[in-house]
Amino acid sequence: MSSSVLFDAPGPRTRALIRGGNVLGALIALGVLAWLLVQLDAKGQLSWDLWGPAFSARTWEFYLLPGLQNTLQAAAYAIVGALAFGMIFGMGRLSKIAPVRWVSGVVVEFLRAVPVLLMMVFFYGLFGVVLPGVADKAFLAVVVALILYNGSVIAELVRSGVGSLPSGQGEAGLAIGLTDGQTLRSIQLPQALVAMLPAMVSQVVVVLKDSALGSIIGFSELLRSGQIVSSGDGNPLQVLALVAVVFILLNMVLTVVAHRLSKLLSSRTSGLTDEGPGIGNPTVVAGGAGGGAGAV
Amino acid sequence: MNDYLSGLGALLEQYDVLGAFWTNIQLTFWGALFALVIGTMLALMRISPIASLRWAGATYVNVFRNTPLTIIMTFLVLAVWTQLQVSLAADFNSNFFRLAVIGLAVYHAAFVCESIRSGVNTVPLGQAEAARAIGLSFLPAAQLVILPQAFRGAIAPLGNTLIALLKNSTVAAAASVSWETASTMKTMLEFNADYRWEIFALFAIGYVILVIPIGLLTTWLSQRLAVKR
Amino acid sequence: MRKHTMGLLAMAAASTLVLSACGSAEVGGEPDGGGTATAGGDGGGDGITIGIKYDQPGLGLQDGAEYTGFDVDVARYVANELGYSEDQITFKETPSANREAMLQNGDVDMIFATYSITDDRKEVIDFAGPYFIAGQDLLVAADNTDITGPEDLEGKNLCSVTGSTSAEKIKTDYAEGVQLLERPGYAECVTALSAGQVDAVTTDDIILAGLAAANGDGNLKVVGAPFSEEQYGVGLPKDSDQCEAINEAITKMIDDGAWEEAVATNTEGADYTPNADLNPPKPADCA
Repeated sequence: MSSSVLFDAPGPRTRALIRGGNVLGALIALGVLAWLLVQLDAKGQLSWDLWGPAFSARTWEFYLLPGLQNTLQAAAYAIVGALAFGMIFGMGRLSKIAPVRWVSGVVVEFLRAVPVLLMMVFFYGLFGVVLPGVADKAFLAVVVALILYNGSVIAELVRSGVGSLPSGQGEAGLAIGLTDGQTLRSIQLPQALVAMLPAMVSQVVVVLKDSALGSIIGFSELLRSGQIVSSGDGNPLQVLALVAVVFILLNMVLTVVAHRLSKLLSSRTSGLTDEGPGIGNPTVVAGGAGGGAGAV
Repeated sequence: MNDYLSGLGALLEQYDVLGAFWTNIQLTFWGALFALVIGTMLALMRISPIASLRWAGATYVNVFRNTPLTIIMTFLVLAVWTQLQVSLAADFNSNFFRLAVIGLAVYHAAFVCESIRSGVNTVPLGQAEAARAIGLSFLPAAQLVILPQAFRGAIAPLGNTLIALLKNSTVAAAASVSWETASTMKTMLEFNADYRWEIFALFAIGYVILVIPIGLLTTWLSQRLAVKR
Repeated sequence: MRKHTMGLLAMAAASTLVLSACGSAEVGGEPDGGGTATAGGDGGGDGITIGIKYDQPGLGLQDGAEYTGFDVDVARYVANELGYSEDQITFKETPSANREAMLQNGDVDMIFATYSITDDRKEVIDFAGPYFIAGQDLLVAADNTDITGPEDLEGKNLCSVTGSTSAEKIKTDYAEGVQLLERPGYAECVTALSAGQVDAVTTDDIILAGLAAANGDGNLKVVGAPFSEEQYGVGLPKDSDQCEAINEAITKMIDDGAWEEAVATNTEGADYTPNADLNPPKPADCA
């Protein structure tokens, strides 16, 4: 649907006005950029003495790439664990047995309410006492905190995914003689999972972003390894800029994948293939009625 | 048992847990206020007639939505404060508090924008056509017809963004706001490992107490204010 | 349809297995010391894990695949004396805030990481040494003449690292009106100092000297009036039997001149000489 419903196609005068506005806006943006560069240059922050080391093979080979590997590894463990956790508790919340439903509900709501940074700090201390033999406790603390938080989000996705299916799907299952559990497992969940896939990819973005919190408890992920290399080279800002670019590119690719998937899969399931907001808390699927006036 | 209780009591006397939560609540309040303003502007840009504004809005959302908040916070301290010398207050504590508010606002504005856009999508096409038919141009149509309905449709996702913002306010630790909850809890755990579970439970339950009402309120509001169609 | 769900679950389970086959990468490329981190491992066995700093130029710094600095040199010397060859030593980062916990957990066998001997710490861990005596000092701009000691920081801005007590100490003991900034690493403090946003950076003088040499370009100087005595000890797990042997190794290092050489090479270009009244120290008796 085009956005042109909200306004007329601009006429020659408006087009000229918009062009003028664009030029003015671009000039202002360029001016701000120039001011930034001049300011940074005045502080010597554009010097190649600082940027050179950040781009050097040594920095990437020994610090940033191992850091990126740790980030990706933590994210991979976390998303797989969160998927398993989310499936179990999502099904728990849909259970016909009331106590199972309540317990799952309390666990999921609790984990969704606690900041993931608090969980990381807590588990890091806890693992020190209960898991003395494990070599990399910071890594483990990051992964467990991410699993618990994102697992609870995925549990909600499972629940809302099943909820978004037309009720005919479940009724059809019961009509052919399947039990409630069989209907859930063999008819509703498979469709809900397909519908969830885009939101799951968005959730990977959340996991990747949150893994950077591990730097606060000393986990050598990308951000932390950047801090280590810059302490020898004295260029924290330059390395941080590179680390930020890596994160943004990685996450943008995932966001695009999520978007494509949601369009691709919408024909494969009767559920809603919403790609999710990528902030952690799943958006309650709103209405679904109406056309969408301003969709771009 | 008495030792246990008095130890716990001494702990609460030594550390200002309520003050730490109050800091996070303040961070959340100001962060949410600015995020709402910036996010609404971004949403308007993204549905506006002007292609360059749409592009600028989309770019903003794509960049900030995909950057870890920790990095935004660190960047504000390293680039904006250290190198560009932008001080928001002479007093360090206020300065870093305000920097953290800016970090929270620019990050969550991207999500506010997307929430409002999802709200705009719940407004039926006929509403926009009707607005145009009675002669309203883009801004009045947006202001009088589309946005009021869009905000109502966006209450649930906006509530989720607010909850996320409250929890993310702990990341202010990365902007040297060292008296907020995550930093306070970290210090308490370091020096009182015996009370590990109690300390975590204290902070976790504090957040549950703050988050649940927001969740209930937004659910209630979004049902009460839903545009009946 | 049923097969479909099972397939997904199986996929999830399989990827968990595949993932758990590879551990996390060690930044710096040094092989993981997997399983060697048993508390108080005896000499000659399968190796030793030593905790150091990774981000302090001149003391403990990860430099590519290598580790350099005074702490590292002393650690290597002592480990050699205890019967470990170079390739049996695994270095591991021990950030200030985690040092006691990492010793207690057995993450590391011993710690050489600008680790001051204090009574509080002695309650939970043991110390050998000291192998160096530093003092808390201030790093300021080279042309700064009005900061000559901690008392001059009243109303000034001071930077230190998160989890360190040195900044807090200035606030309580010397200048109540000082404004504190805490950053995760010294490099960020030094850039803030170079940019003029803080007036001073505080920590131990030898650390400051290393920072000035690595990052300062001659624009920074250590004030040179240390106002505390920090005895750098070797952190050991409680009730370790290694203390005597380590003290002997330290004494030997001081006697044969290797200690002096290590101080000289690691503070080269920093215009720093350790306090001669206190250095080289004589290791204290083991408890």
